[in-house]
Amino acid sequence: MSMWATLNRNVFKRTSTFALAIASGTFFFERTFDLVSNTLFERINKGKLWNDIKDKYE
Amino acid sequence: MAAAVGRICGARLLKNYGIVGPQVCQLSTSTQGWTRNRKLLLSTLGVVGGGVGALLFALEQSVQASGSEAHPPHQPWSHDGWFKSFDHASVRRGYEVYKQVCKACHSLQYIAFRNLVNVTHSEEQAKAEAAEVMIKDGPDEEGNYFERPGKLSDYFPSPYPNENAARAANNGAYPPDLSLICSGRKGGEDYIFALLTGYMEAPAGIVLREGQNYNPYFPGGAISMAQVLFDEAAEYSDGTPATASQLAKDVATFLRWCSEPELDDRRLMTIKAIGMFSMLAAVTYYFKRHKWASIKSRKLAYKPVSKK
Repeated sequence: MSMWATLNRNVFKRTSTFALAIASGTFFFERTFDLVSNTLFERINKGKLWNDIKDKYE
Repeated sequence: MAAAVGRICGARLLKNYGIVGPQVCQLSTSTQGWTRNRKLLLSTLGVVGGGVGALLFALEQSVQASGSEAHPPHQPWSHDGWFKSFDHASVRRGYEVYKQVCKACHSLQYIAFRNLVNVTHSEEQAKAEAAEVMIKDGPDEEGNYFERPGKLSDYFPSPYPNENAARAANNGAYPPDLSLICSGRKGGEDYIFALLTGYMEAPAGIVLREGQNYNPYFPGGAISMAQVLFDEAAEYSDGTPATASQLAKDVATFLRWCSEPELDDRRLMTIKAIGMFSMLAAVTYYFKRHKWASIKSRKLAYKPVSKK
């Protein structure tokens, strides 16, 4: 049985597990997405942000 | 607008064609196109709309060209670009320039010392900056106003108590508040930079009144503010050579930060929005293909009526 079918049967078929899957999926997706975009932003602007330069003024 | 849409579409918006109706319309060559009146109305609308847009654009351009002031050239700011944040070292230097030079005449009343925290200064440093200035506070228990050292929550103190005092001290000219100056002037930080570095001798024929200076970037040319940024006009704590153009660049960056402190967040939000919307676009594309698959692959066959 393929993974998709297993997932469909065990998670998506019942409303309670489906809702749980949505909630936890949102939680992890949001954290990963924010992490990735923050990393990207910090990489693009390396050396310009306050976190990069704050050690210079102590 | 609603009337125009109604006129073009008529009652067709409300009509129910059934499920196959639109497809039959597409496949059949015998359906009628737009009526003559509808074509006429649509092309009139298009011509009028385009004409009005072009007229507005031309008017705006001609106003730009009619002024006598020089247009500031665009500078390669480090925060130019979709994903580019402020150069915070530059913002910090710009704050030092403001503190040493601009502050003598210009207020910055919408910026508080707490705004500096984690942007240009650490919390301790910002507290120290705030403690350097005296803030008028009160009334105390006896009803008197008193002066105390600044706190993080205080806004930057203004050099003059009100506009009249500022005018009286500056030959009748009012030094504008700098909090939103970058957004408030055409050209933004390019204009600030050009203005601060653009002072020159007045050309022949320009009459300046006493206390006025000539600056080609200032509308009218006669500006009451004298040139203030010279080499070594301010001192940098990080050891950057304080040339006039460096000072102007840093203070222009600082003023852009004052006008748009949320710029960094907006750039980050751009990255997030592009990521999120491209995912949604992929979903939408898949769903469109999914829904249209049956329609696109459908074949309609017409069964000829027997004339027997």
